[in-house]
Amino acid sequence: MTVSELHRLSISELAERVSTRSVSAVEVTRALLERVSRLDGEINAYLHVDREGALAAAAQVDRALGEGGAALPLAGVPIGVKDNLCTRGVRTTCASRILEGYIPPYDAHVVQQLRAAGAVILGKLNLDEFAMGSSNESSAYGPVRNPWDKTRTPGGSSGGAAAATALGLATGTLGSDTGGSVRQPGSYCGVTAIKPTYGRVSRYGLIAFASSLDQVGPLARNMRDAARLLRVIAGRDPRDATSAELPVPDYEAECGRELKGLRVGVVKGIAQGCEPAVQRSLGQAVERFASLGCEPVEVELPHQRYALSVYYIVANAEASSNLARFDGMRYGLRVAADELKDTYQKTRAAGFGAEVKRRIMLGTYVLSAGYYDAFYLRAQKVRTLIRQDYTRAFERCDFLLTPTAPTPAFELGAIQDPLAMYMQDIFTLPPSLAGIPAVNVPCGLSEQGLPLGLQLCAPHFQESLLVRAGHAFEAASGAAPCAPGF
Amino acid sequence: MSSRISIDAVRHVAKLAALSLSAEDETRMQSELDKILGHMEELNDLDVSGVSPTFHSVVAASSLRPDVVQPSLARNELLAAAPAQEAGGFAVPKVLDGE
Repeated sequence: MTVSELHRLSISELAERVSTRSVSAVEVTRALLERVSRLDGEINAYLHVDREGALAAAAQVDRALGEGGAALPLAGVPIGVKDNLCTRGVRTTCASRILEGYIPPYDAHVVQQLRAAGAVILGKLNLDEFAMGSSNESSAYGPVRNPWDKTRTPGGSSGGAAAATALGLATGTLGSDTGGSVRQPGSYCGVTAIKPTYGRVSRYGLIAFASSLDQVGPLARNMRDAARLLRVIAGRDPRDATSAELPVPDYEAECGRELKGLRVGVVKGIAQGCEPAVQRSLGQAVERFASLGCEPVEVELPHQRYALSVYYIVANAEASSNLARFDGMRYGLRVAADELKDTYQKTRAAGFGAEVKRRIMLGTYVLSAGYYDAFYLRAQKVRTLIRQDYTRAFERCDFLLTPTAPTPAFELGAIQDPLAMYMQDIFTLPPSLAGIPAVNVPCGLSEQGLPLGLQLCAPHFQESLLVRAGHAFEAASGAAPCAPGF
Repeated sequence: MSSRISIDAVRHVAKLAALSLSAEDETRMQSELDKILGHMEELNDLDVSGVSPTFHSVVAASSLRPDVVQPSLARNELLAAAPAQEAGGFAVPKVLDGE
C-alpha cells in the first residue's frame, strides 16, 4: 500500500496497522492532510484544518505506542469533527458569523473521547449555520459540494462530515443530528451514519440547537467503522444530565451476526411521492432483508405525516431559547451600540443568517403569549402520538425500514422555498421526535449515478440491532460504489 | 393580502427575539412565517384531548450527582473569548440611563 492510498483504509484497518507499527500515525496524518489540501478547495468540507494539532496528536500516538502503550481503538485514525463541537484551542464557528473567531477553552465530551481513543483530529467540518438546514447552503462560509457531483448539495446539516467521509478527506467523522442531520447527508453522499438514541451520547460541548432532540453521531464508510466510533463516544457523562446511565455494548461485535428470524417492519405507503429510484431501492431492500432470513411485516405510522409541523414548532422553540445566549457579550461578534439592548439587536442582526433568523422568529412566535397552547403545547401532544405509533409498530417488528430521503442529492440552489426544503427531512424527523435510534445505510445508486440511502429504525437503545441489520445488509449488497476521486 | 401574522406581530416577535430587522426583512419574514404557520395548522385536524405532551422523548431515571466541588474552567480562559473584558469580568455597554 502506497502513501497515496492510506485514505482508502477503513478505521479498523488503520488502527490495526498503526497499533502494530506497520505504518506510523504521522505518515497517515500527513497523507490525509495532503489530500485535504489538494482536494478540499473544490468541496469546502473543512472550515478549518488543524495541521499542527493533528501532527502533534499523531506524534503523541506514535510515541505512546513506541513506549509500549496499549493498542487503542482509534490509534492514529484521522477524524474530522463538525464545527458545532467545541475543540479546545481550535476555532469553532457553527458556520456562523456570530461565532467568527471563537476559540473554545474546552473540548466537547465526544472530542475528549476521540482523543482518549487515539484519534487524530484533522479539523472542523462545514455545516448549515447552527446545524439549521438540509443542504449546507445556510453556512456563512459557503456550501459544501457533493463529491459525487459538485453541482449538487451534500445534504445537511452535517454536509461537510458526509462529503469528507465519502471522498476520504477523513477516515471517519462526527456530525450532529437534530432532525436528520447525519442521516440525510449520509444518504446524499453514500456513507453510513448513526443517529443514536436520545441520551446515548453526551451533548456536553455540542453547541445547542434543540436540546430535546440533539445527538452527536458518527459517519463512516462502513457499518463496522461507524459502530466503533459510536462505542467510543457513547456513555454516561455527568456533565450532561440527560446522558443515559446504561452500559455501552460492543456494537462492533454485532457485525457478522445473522438476521434469521428478525421481523423487518415495512411502513405502509411510506414511499408514496418519492422519486421512482427511491421507491425501487426501498423495494429491493425489503427483498434483500427477506433473503437474509427476515420476515417482512407491514406496519402503520399514521401520525408520521404530522412530524414536519411538530418538529419545526418544537425544534425552533428550543432553538429560539438556546440561541438567546448569542448576544455579543461573552463570545464571538459584538456590534457596538450606545445601549445594551441595541447592542444585542444589532449584533444578532449582523451575526445570524436568514435561515437562523427565520427559525428564531418562528420559535419565539410559537412560545409567545397567546400562541403557546395553540402551537407549542399542541405540537408536544402530537409528538406523543408519533411516539406511540412507534411503540405499537415495534410490538410487531424488531426494526423498520424507510427511505432516508425522498430524493437523491438535489442541485445547489434548486430549493428556495423554506417549506420545500424542510420536506427533505420527512423520513428522518419522526425518529428524532420519538428519540429512537436510526441509521442511514447506502442503498445503491440512482440512474444518474447518485447515492440512495435506506433508514433503519429501532426501539430506544437498540443501536446494536441497527448495527447488526445494517452490517448484514451492507455485506449482502456487495462492494459499495465509491465517490469519484476516492 | 391577509396574513396569519400581521406586520406589527412580526415587529413584536422580533423585539422579543432581540433581532433588529430591516423593513424588507419584516415583509419577507411576514410572508414566510405566514406560509409555514399555515402548514402547521394541519395539527388542528387531530384530536389531542386527553393526550399528554412529550417534553422528553426518552424517560431515563434521572440521578443526582454527589454535591462535591469540582474545578470549573479558568476565568481568564473564559474571558479570553469575550469581545471586551474589564477588571476580571465581561465589559458590556451601559444598562441604565443616568450619570
